[in-house]
Amino acid sequence: MPPLQLEVITPERVTLKTEVEDVIAPGILGYLGILPGHAPLITPLKAGVVTYRRQDDGKERLAVSGGFLEAGPEHVVILADTAEKASEIDVERARQAKERAEKRLRERPPGLDVARAEAALQRAIARLKAAGEL
Amino acid sequence: MPNMRDLKRRIRSIRSTQHITRAMKMVAAAKLRKAQAQVTAARPYAEKLEEVVGRLMGAVDPETQPLAAAREVKKAGYVLLTGDRGLAGGYNANLIRLAEERLQAEERPAALVTVGRKGRDYFRRRQVEIVRSFTDIGDEPDLIQARELARQLVELYLEGTLDEVNLVYTRFYSALRQVPRIEPLLPIKAGATGEDGREYIYEPSPAEVLKALLPRYCEIKVYQALLEAKASEHGARMTAMDNATENAAEMIDKLTLSFNRARQAAITREILEVVAGADALK
Repeated sequence: MPPLQLEVITPERVTLKTEVEDVIAPGILGYLGILPGHAPLITPLKAGVVTYRRQDDGKERLAVSGGFLEAGPEHVVILADTAEKASEIDVERARQAKERAEKRLRERPPGLDVARAEAALQRAIARLKAAGEL
Repeated sequence: MPNMRDLKRRIRSIRSTQHITRAMKMVAAAKLRKAQAQVTAARPYAEKLEEVVGRLMGAVDPETQPLAAAREVKKAGYVLLTGDRGLAGGYNANLIRLAEERLQAEERPAALVTVGRKGRDYFRRRQVEIVRSFTDIGDEPDLIQARELARQLVELYLEGTLDEVNLVYTRFYSALRQVPRIEPLLPIKAGATGEDGREYIYEPSPAEVLKALLPRYCEIKVYQALLEAKASEHGARMTAMDNATENAAEMIDKLTLSFNRARQAAITREILEVVAGADALK
């Protein structure tokens, strides 16, 4: 089976374009793994970690904050709202964002946009996980 | 005969104007390069999204999607993307003219959403309703600004303030050519590309996937329009400032010539006076 062609694209740039053995992505219904030969599939993504394996290379991780994924037998295209490779993540900032979101959700100040705070929390967690800090 | 001192003063003043226009031209050129790179970087995402949305629109009845369902238009909305600043040749004027023509030809009631100070200032003085206005987009619009703008436009559409939203912006072709245009945004009418032979699995369902994609589709359309508009603005400014710099050079040449003539004339006159004085003594 030929390897998968993985592309991660955000509106600002093409973050990643490489050949991989498999991809695990945070689908809206839960994490899903894709191997070569997958049936054509389209699904939205949640904020989370995309893990992929290059040939005879270790696993690599990428934090995405929502978007969607299109898979076919030979390719996976991830259109992410934002995407950062593990090495690009600002761990300190993500940690602060996580604490801030947690504090908001705990204290529930009036007028809090709960959905937004939740989303911010999920994004921060995704970043920390991708950076291997959680 | 022109006064030598006045000529000198004018040359100096034009020269300093020329310094400014040249600097502005160079700044615009640098910003144009950046804006162009941004436009190019946004393209792969937009193309892919367009493709997928097009395919889905073929599979799902658009009437079930609030963002794609057409309805009777009680008020048409036009989003005018002008610059905050002038000194960009005909950039703002051309776009405003196009918008005004369209508004006059529009039979349905219409309202504006203005982005950029120039458009707002122009239409504020006229009998046109402005439902929202944004300024200070800056020279490098980012995705966060586009998202916010798109979010507000979607909100205006969903709450029924506007029943149709069109983008009025300047399309960038090159530093010398920018064309103002009007493009429909909402309701979304992605060209249904139809099935490409492959049977797609949509998780959880085609309608759910489309529901997640349409707001993003809006965002990217707005983002692209913002980028095109900015690139156009920088391009127009660069060209305008280049012309201004050249015109200044031309004027300096002319004035320098007059100045030299005046100087020569003064010298000749003085010599004549001396000679006449010497003659008178004989």
